[in-house]
Parts: sequence; structure tokens; C-alpha cells
Amino acid sequence: MRLLEIKDLKVYYFVRDGVIKAIDGIRLWMDKGESLGVVGESGSGKSTLAAAIMRLIPPPGKIVEGSILFKGVDLTKLKEEDMRKIRGKSISMVFQDPMTSLDPLQTIGDHLTETILAHEKIDRRKAIEMALELLDKVGIPKDRFKDYPHQFSGGMRQRVMIALAMALKPDLIIADEPTTALDVIIQAQILDLLRELKDELNMSLILISHDLSVVSEIADRIAVMYAGHVMEFSDAMPLFDDPLHPYTQGLMRSVPNIELSDQELRFIPGNPPDMLNPPSGCRFHPRCPRAMEICRIKEPPLVEVEKGRFVKCFLYGNDA
Amino acid sequence: MHDIVIEVKDLKKYFPVQKGFIETLISRKREYVKAVDGISFKIQRGDIFGLAGESGCGKTTTGRLISRLIEPTSGKIFFNHQDITNVKGEELRRLRRKIQIIFQDPYASLNPRMKIGDAVGHPLEIHGITKGEKKREMVLEVLEKVGLTPPEKFYEVYPHELSGGQRQRVAIARAIILKPEFIVADEPVSMIDVSIRASILNLMLELKRSFNLTYLFITHDLAVAKYITNRLAIMYLGKIVELGPTRRVLTDPLHPYTLALLSSVPVPNPRAKKKRIVIKGEVPNAINPPPGCRFHPRCPRAMEICGRVEPKLMEIEKGHWVACHLYG
Repeated sequence: MRLLEIKDLKVYYFVRDGVIKAIDGIRLWMDKGESLGVVGESGSGKSTLAAAIMRLIPPPGKIVEGSILFKGVDLTKLKEEDMRKIRGKSISMVFQDPMTSLDPLQTIGDHLTETILAHEKIDRRKAIEMALELLDKVGIPKDRFKDYPHQFSGGMRQRVMIALAMALKPDLIIADEPTTALDVIIQAQILDLLRELKDELNMSLILISHDLSVVSEIADRIAVMYAGHVMEFSDAMPLFDDPLHPYTQGLMRSVPNIELSDQELRFIPGNPPDMLNPPSGCRFHPRCPRAMEICRIKEPPLVEVEKGRFVKCFLYGNDA
Repeated sequence: MHDIVIEVKDLKKYFPVQKGFIETLISRKREYVKAVDGISFKIQRGDIFGLAGESGCGKTTTGRLISRLIEPTSGKIFFNHQDITNVKGEELRRLRRKIQIIFQDPYASLNPRMKIGDAVGHPLEIHGITKGEKKREMVLEVLEKVGLTPPEKFYEVYPHELSGGQRQRVAIARAIILKPEFIVADEPVSMIDVSIRASILNLMLELKRSFNLTYLFITHDLAVAKYITNRLAIMYLGKIVELGPTRRVLTDPLHPYTLALLSSVPVPNPRAKKKRIVIKGEVPNAINPPPGCRFHPRCPRAMEICGRVEPKLMEIEKGHWVACHLYG
């Protein structure tokens, strides 16, 4: 059984001006111990995906179709009180901005112990012991147990968030742009920490980012999202060696690479689609340099082109 | 000979720290954030001079000082060899036609109630250059130049109808309509989606050629700096630690801080599991920066002298400067 399997998921936001199809029929999966990178630009649906897995889609958004199987259980069908037991305990999250996720009136130690006590039937002394151990794991000195969030720097706060996310030994951690607000040296420290924790504890991780370079540091498998669709879903190495989807190709050519000299930077013409009126057929077709007649009319299916490589594009082996 | 557009000499900007009422009663000592603490450099005509560093290093403050949006605490700024540090009134207004700035956030830098055409044409009216039909013509021309076509359509729209990339094009159009000589671009692409980012960078390169512009390009992203700049200064806690041709600075960095910064930049290639120079801790407080070399508490190669004596910025090879006791 897979750790997570998403089938035909659709998440729509019903706003005054119409329906925003933030996620419009996607298929994804991951196994235990794997790290899945989800890459996409603004409006691609990547953050909505995280919220959907946690069942935290804010109104007027709704999961309208499909299933999210977590260890075989469909999360979309769970009662709210059962879902609450999954959040934190089985699936936890690390957000972009740690300052808004931490209570300014609670010490870091309290954050951790309260979280542990809310879910585990143990006494406070044992919980404090566990909390100290967690701080140690994420590289925060024990003497900062009684400090408040504002006394920590951005990078240290993100370490606290990771400790909190790990507190209940969840099966899956979802990190949504965890390093976007951080400076590059601190970003490297946090990515190193995540990788260590993953290797050491066999942690399963979904890393969501707009930055291909960040994702390439950790992910075993990568899903490239565009306008509510998964365009390419592939093992990480072959994806970077030989991207298949024209969108992935364009994205890679538009990222400045510090290791290259005389790089010719290309860009993808046009603008990201208006999600209230997305293009027909393949949503990338108006910007695609290789668009064909059919791309405008029909939506391509996500097909397996070679082992472990899925792509949603008419250029690849299907008779449409 | 070298045609110097901008020169700054020993420029400093200290911001006073706001304190509570009681605190001011108890201690009379004023404290300052030393955002920019004695920097000097020259920018030649046609250069894209990069200023890179982490948040709080003083790069944005430097840009604001040079564009005379804030007053320096001390030091001098020269534009075309003329001291502009203290120009005021009418003279400053005329200077603004020559020095323009593009900000990071294209959502915050445009008035939501102003049509694009009016926003871009506004500088022409402010500076009394032209109005009416002639203004409209000039605006249409510049909209076309920045790739907002058809310009007649973009003239009539409001900012909320545009994407981030299009808004940044509007900001660029507004900056170039006065035909400036020098533009400060403060993180112009960091809020733009990746697939659009390169098109904005390429537009800036194109405009530089067609208008003979000189840029100060402020960025936290060394990969972007490598792509667009030809000279690069690395800042740390209000000081320039290294300065030189971009290629040299990023392929043969001299300062341990540059090296650490460079090795932290993620590369879009999972095979490139490069060795990272992990430096400890985070940037210290700019109110009480460390004595001697400001980087020494985090420096993997710190020596005894580094905690005592501040290293001077010295030319190690032609045009390549570094402030570090390891050299010389």
C-alpha cells in the first residue's frame, strides 16, 4: 500500500466572479521514506494541494471530486473529528512564515510540550524530556527552551517549526515553501537539516516550492504543476537530465544557474493563465512552443512514457 | 578614459534605534543601526554594477542613498563627477530626471487608482516636460519598448488587471520615460514568477543597450547577479567585503564570506551534490557589530588579528578588491 495516493482530485474555489479550478483532476502518489517535490509558479495549485491533504481548504474552496488515500484511508471522506486526529499526529506541516504559525505568548518549550501532551498520554516531565530531545535534533541549544518566538531569528524559528512538525512522529511532513523567507546561507542550513532528518529517521516528506533548485536538493520524485494540473511526474534524476514536458523544459531554461558561464537565459512567452478562465485543452498550450492543433481542443492524459516517468502532453506516445 | 557615472566615498547611514519612553529616561545613550558603514566604489558608464548580500547587509539602503531618497549620515556621493550629496530643491528635482529607481514589489509601487498610461506619463507632467497628446504619444512609445503591446490597450488598464511581470514592465517604463542615465534596480525580479523572470532581465539588458543606461542592480540572488551584472560587490553588515568583475568574484572568490555564500546557492541539478562550506550561526546585530572584521565570529579561517583589526578593502589583482587579512 502506498503512503499517499491522490486520484482525480479537484479542488475549486467558488468566488463571486466564477469558479477557480485551483486543482483540476490530478493524480499523484508517494511511498514511505520518499520525498516528493512539488514545483510550480504562483497559481499552479501547489499550496492548495497541501491544504487539501490536510483538509484545510479555506472557504469558498471545496474538494469537489476525487480521493486522497493516506495509508489506504480516504481523507476526503473522514469526519472532521477523525481528521483532527490525523493532523499533527500522522501528517504535519511546516509553513513558509514561522512567525505567524507560532504563538508569541508561549515559550518554545511550551509549544512543544503542549503539542506532545495534546496527543500522547504521558506526564509533563516525560513530555519536557521529549521536547528537549527534539530541540537537540533540529540544532537548537537546550538553554533556549524557555525563550519566546520573538527571541529567535528566522532560521531558528523555522527549526522550531520543524521540531514541532516532528513532535508526534508523523508518517508524513508537508513543508510548504519552508525556506522562501530565509537568506541563502540559512536556507542551505535548513535544507541540510531536512535532508539529515529524512535520511536518519526515514521521514517521508512533501516539499513544495516555486524553486526548482531548492527541490532538486532533496526530492526523490518531482511533480511539476501548472494551472491546476500535474504536467510531469517523474523520478528526480531523469527529470533534471532530460525534462519531457515543454513547460518543464522552459522552466529549466529560465532558471539562472550559478555554475554555468555565458548561460543564455530563455523565458516562457506569455503570462500564467487567468484561473477564472483557463485555456481550453492543455492549459499550457497558449505558451507552448510546440503546441499542436489538438492541444487546444483536448486535454492530454497523464501517461507513463518510461518507467517512473509520467507526462501530460500529446507529444508523447499516445494516439489521442 | 574611464567614464565614471557614480562614485561613493566612505558613505555611511546610521538609523537611530527607537526606544521606549522609560528606556530613554534610564539611559541617555542613543543607539544606532549601522546599516551602511563606510563604503566606497565607482560605477562606470555602461556598467551593470551588482550589489549582493543577505538581508540586513545594507544593499537596499545603499541604493536609496544613491538615488537620494534618504540622507546619508556622512560620506559623499558623486554623479557625473558632481557632488550630489547635499543637493536640494530645484537642483534635486532636476537630478531625479537623471537617476531613477525600480522597486522590488510591483504590486506596491503602482497606484491602484491610476491607469497605466497615466502612471507612466506622470513623471512627464511632474517634470513639466510635456502633457496632453504629446504625452500620450511618448507613453505609447515607451509601453511598446517595454513589451506591453498593443500599447493602446495597456494605456487604458488599471494595475490590478496585470500580472506581476507586466506590472514590473510598467515600473520599468515609468523609470525610463524621462530618459535617465542611471537606474537603481532594487531586487527587480525577486517577486516575479520564475518563467517570467528571465524576460524581465533580458528586457533590462535590451534597454541598457538602446538607451545607453548604467544600472546599480541590487539582489540577494547570486545566480541572477551572475547572469546580468558585469561588476559585483558583496556586502556584509554594512561593509563591502569583496568587489570585482562578476566573473572573477563568482568563480574565484577571495573572501571566505563570498565563498560561503556561493556554496550555499542551490543548483538546479540533483547530481551537483557539491561540498558546502557550512558557516555557523546567523548574521549578527547591526547595532553592535563585532569588532575587527565583522565576519570573524563566523569565519572558518579567522585568525587572531581578525577580532582586533578591521581589514581594509585592498586591490589584490587588477580591479578585484577584498577586505580580508588572509590577503596582503
